[in-house]
Amino acid sequence: MIGFAVLTPFFAALFAPLLVYLIGHRAAWILAIVPGYLAYRLLEFTAPVARGERILQSHSWLEGFQVNYSFMIDGLSLTFAFLILGIGFFIVIYAGGYLKGHPHLGRFLATLLAFMGSMLGLVLADNLITLFVFWELTSITSFLLIGFDHERMAARRAALQALIITGLGGLVMLAGFALIGIVGGTFELSELLTKGDEIKQHGLYSLMFWLVMAGAFTKSAQVPFHSWLPNAMEAPTPVSAYLHSATMVKAGVYLLMRTYPMLGETDLWETVLPIFGGTTLIVGTVLAVRDTDMKLMLAYTTVASLGLLVMMLGVGNERAVEGAVLYLVAHSFFKGALFMVVGTVDHEAGTRQIDKLSGLRSAMPITALAAMLAALSMCGLPPFVGFLAKESIYHAVTHGGWHEGIIAGVAIIGNALMFGVAASIAIRPFTGKWVDPPKAVHEGSVMLVLGPIVLSILGLATALFVLEMMQAHFFKPMISAVAGQDVAVDLHLWGGLNPALVLSVLTVGLGLFVFVYFKKFRKAFDGILNFIGWGPDKGFDQAICVLGFVARHVTRLLQSGEMRTYMRATLFVVAITLLWPMYQFEVWPLRPQFPELRLWEAGVFGILAVGILQVIFSKTRLTAIVSLGIQGFSVALIFMMFGAPDLSFTQFMVETLSVVIIALVLTRLRLMQHDGRGPAAFLFDGLVAIGVGVGMGALLMAITEAPLDMRLSEFFSTYSAAIAHGRNIVNVILVDFRALDTLGEITVVLITGVAALALIRVRSSEKADEKTTSTMTGGSDAEGENALAGKDAS
Amino acid sequence: MNTLILRTIVPILTSLMVIYSIIVLLSGHNQPGGGFIGGLIAASAFALYGIACGVAPVRRALYFHPISISGFGMFLAALSGFPSLYEHVPYLTGLWWFPEIAKGVEVPLSTPLIFDIGVWLVVVGSLVSIALALEEKV
Repeated sequence: MIGFAVLTPFFAALFAPLLVYLIGHRAAWILAIVPGYLAYRLLEFTAPVARGERILQSHSWLEGFQVNYSFMIDGLSLTFAFLILGIGFFIVIYAGGYLKGHPHLGRFLATLLAFMGSMLGLVLADNLITLFVFWELTSITSFLLIGFDHERMAARRAALQALIITGLGGLVMLAGFALIGIVGGTFELSELLTKGDEIKQHGLYSLMFWLVMAGAFTKSAQVPFHSWLPNAMEAPTPVSAYLHSATMVKAGVYLLMRTYPMLGETDLWETVLPIFGGTTLIVGTVLAVRDTDMKLMLAYTTVASLGLLVMMLGVGNERAVEGAVLYLVAHSFFKGALFMVVGTVDHEAGTRQIDKLSGLRSAMPITALAAMLAALSMCGLPPFVGFLAKESIYHAVTHGGWHEGIIAGVAIIGNALMFGVAASIAIRPFTGKWVDPPKAVHEGSVMLVLGPIVLSILGLATALFVLEMMQAHFFKPMISAVAGQDVAVDLHLWGGLNPALVLSVLTVGLGLFVFVYFKKFRKAFDGILNFIGWGPDKGFDQAICVLGFVARHVTRLLQSGEMRTYMRATLFVVAITLLWPMYQFEVWPLRPQFPELRLWEAGVFGILAVGILQVIFSKTRLTAIVSLGIQGFSVALIFMMFGAPDLSFTQFMVETLSVVIIALVLTRLRLMQHDGRGPAAFLFDGLVAIGVGVGMGALLMAITEAPLDMRLSEFFSTYSAAIAHGRNIVNVILVDFRALDTLGEITVVLITGVAALALIRVRSSEKADEKTTSTMTGGSDAEGENALAGKDAS
Repeated sequence: MNTLILRTIVPILTSLMVIYSIIVLLSGHNQPGGGFIGGLIAASAFALYGIACGVAPVRRALYFHPISISGFGMFLAALSGFPSLYEHVPYLTGLWWFPEIAKGVEVPLSTPLIFDIGVWLVVVGSLVSIALALEEKV
């Protein structure tokens, strides 16, 4: 049932374009039923999961490789699934309003749903390989969604960058999964989670760790792999809100949480994660403060939040896990809401530059309210869930030694800067004097305000009204699942005066300071970053440049573009392959016994010999090719004499056609009459030719020396007429007994036809280009297609 | 190469070759022949016609673009495997049907025959499209 639930969004995706075609953007209301219903069905699992049970369902897939289409529902995967489906519900509706009237809305919603299914599969998967497949599917759907506006260069670049970075990370991670699977003896997470000690003590532990981290850090945009995430803001806002803040970027964090009992709580883990996470937190917040585009500011704070999550998972105590879990849920609510708010403002006011917007409160009251609520949660103020998260985080780092002190310091600086960003986004555009924005502004439609207002209220209600329920059904099972053991969780809005509260107050104070002097901070950070002047984003371009350079040169080295070189290389290898084993193992054929030849048989062999001499000594290429035809016809005659009329028949036709076609090619290419090889090349080619000939001949002789196994021949001659109703065995084999082979062969024939046609056309359109002296390099393909279409019509 | 003799004789020659290729195709199950050989014969017929009379008449006579013919053949061959699924036997298993068109005259029809026609079309289409493209003057 879970396996089917995961596939449901993919099925829905198939129908999305049709639905949009029929009823326009209102289709989003109907499509939102899919995540809504799935979330409703998942509710039945909350009770058993709250009791600490794990639900496993498995379908065999590739049994021999221990790959199963298997799923596991526990506290961690269930909470993630609810986030994906719940936020997905509002995002689908929001997308309907945001892209209302867009010609490709259907395609957009379809991809969004496909992503939803992939993400759901990722978090519910029990088998590591299944998890990997869904992991890559999220990368691919993310690629399609970032590049949705594919006519813009920036969108295409961002899509490609995201795919390359997360895709590469995913592949490295697959290697890690393979190692874990080999060491643990299974790919099922449910079993691997109990084998944590075994894996941690294995000699290859650090290698597994780094390989898996490569996947997690690229997907969750840790420095220095973070640059794809802000660039991904090229995507329409629903995508940014959903994929690039609430769900997909958390896949890396999910992986860390999932593997925590398996790989976590080692020295390596507790060193690497805080370093990467802390750096990401600081870099992310600094970049966020520096920017003026509200969407980019949010994107950078997402980078920072992911850093905070990774850092907390590296602390190594249960309070830190609790903090990470709470912050993850809180972040999904407030960041999803804020992204949608910014999208609505952009949609209605025509800009998302923070300096150009002011006083929108009166025009967009609901959006302003949503922004305010979400930002309060992001600032970590009571009584919002963000406050609970921050309290737990500070609790976790106030009991240990100096390294926890550093983590606490980094967390305070990061949170204070994020406080400043959140407050700026929620306050500056909505309050103050009215400034006329680029568009006549009014409140967004129901579809646009529903998501942000519900998500931001959820951030309040979770902490204020339903904390008991949330704690029992979601937080505690999830924290226990991450920690790998039952963890007592006791959350309060008011926990008395303690060190964590002091740190919280300190954060708020610093945050207010950042907010008040926001522009000064921006200027200062801008100066520093401009002084450095290089970032991973530039580094990515440079790496791609180097890759292109190397590829070009390697290609130039290997691909001379000269048929003769290819033939020489291929045949040389063939000669070696044929002769070397016979030499190595001394299995030369015996000296053949020449039978008595009848006169006409001798005649045919005579023609063969004359033909070969004619080929070698012919002066022009055309003569050589026609003379080669003599060889072919003689062979056809031999086939005929020794009882293979079908082969002979085919050989005649093939020979005729190949001579015709090669002759046509020659006249068409206007090659020189002579091939112009020097004596050295002539000698080498001759030796290669003799080598292939001798090798092939010897091989055939060696084969025919062995006693012939007649079973197949007997089978075919017995059954060909009896069950396949044909007396021509060759044809019966071709179209009946081995029809699938023939299907493959005719596919090759067809592809060869298409390829040859394309090559001929490229050449002719290049010539046409030369005639008109236009030097469009990329145009030749398109012209070829046009020519094809034109021919079709005529 | 467009000599008068060739141009006069080529229409007849081409028609005979195409007819012969169809005979070879249809009788191939019991006598030497089949879709592949038949296709080669037909392809050489069209290539010959193109050499003698130019490419445009051949394209007009074929009506469809040769590569589309080839694609259709591929489609037909792949399709011929599906009726077997209806009978719960593996893909491409040959099924036979012997309708009696007159008293005592049975016409054996079969899915391998459809498959072979597909092969014939693929070979003809691919080779003719290459040959014609090469014969065309730039």
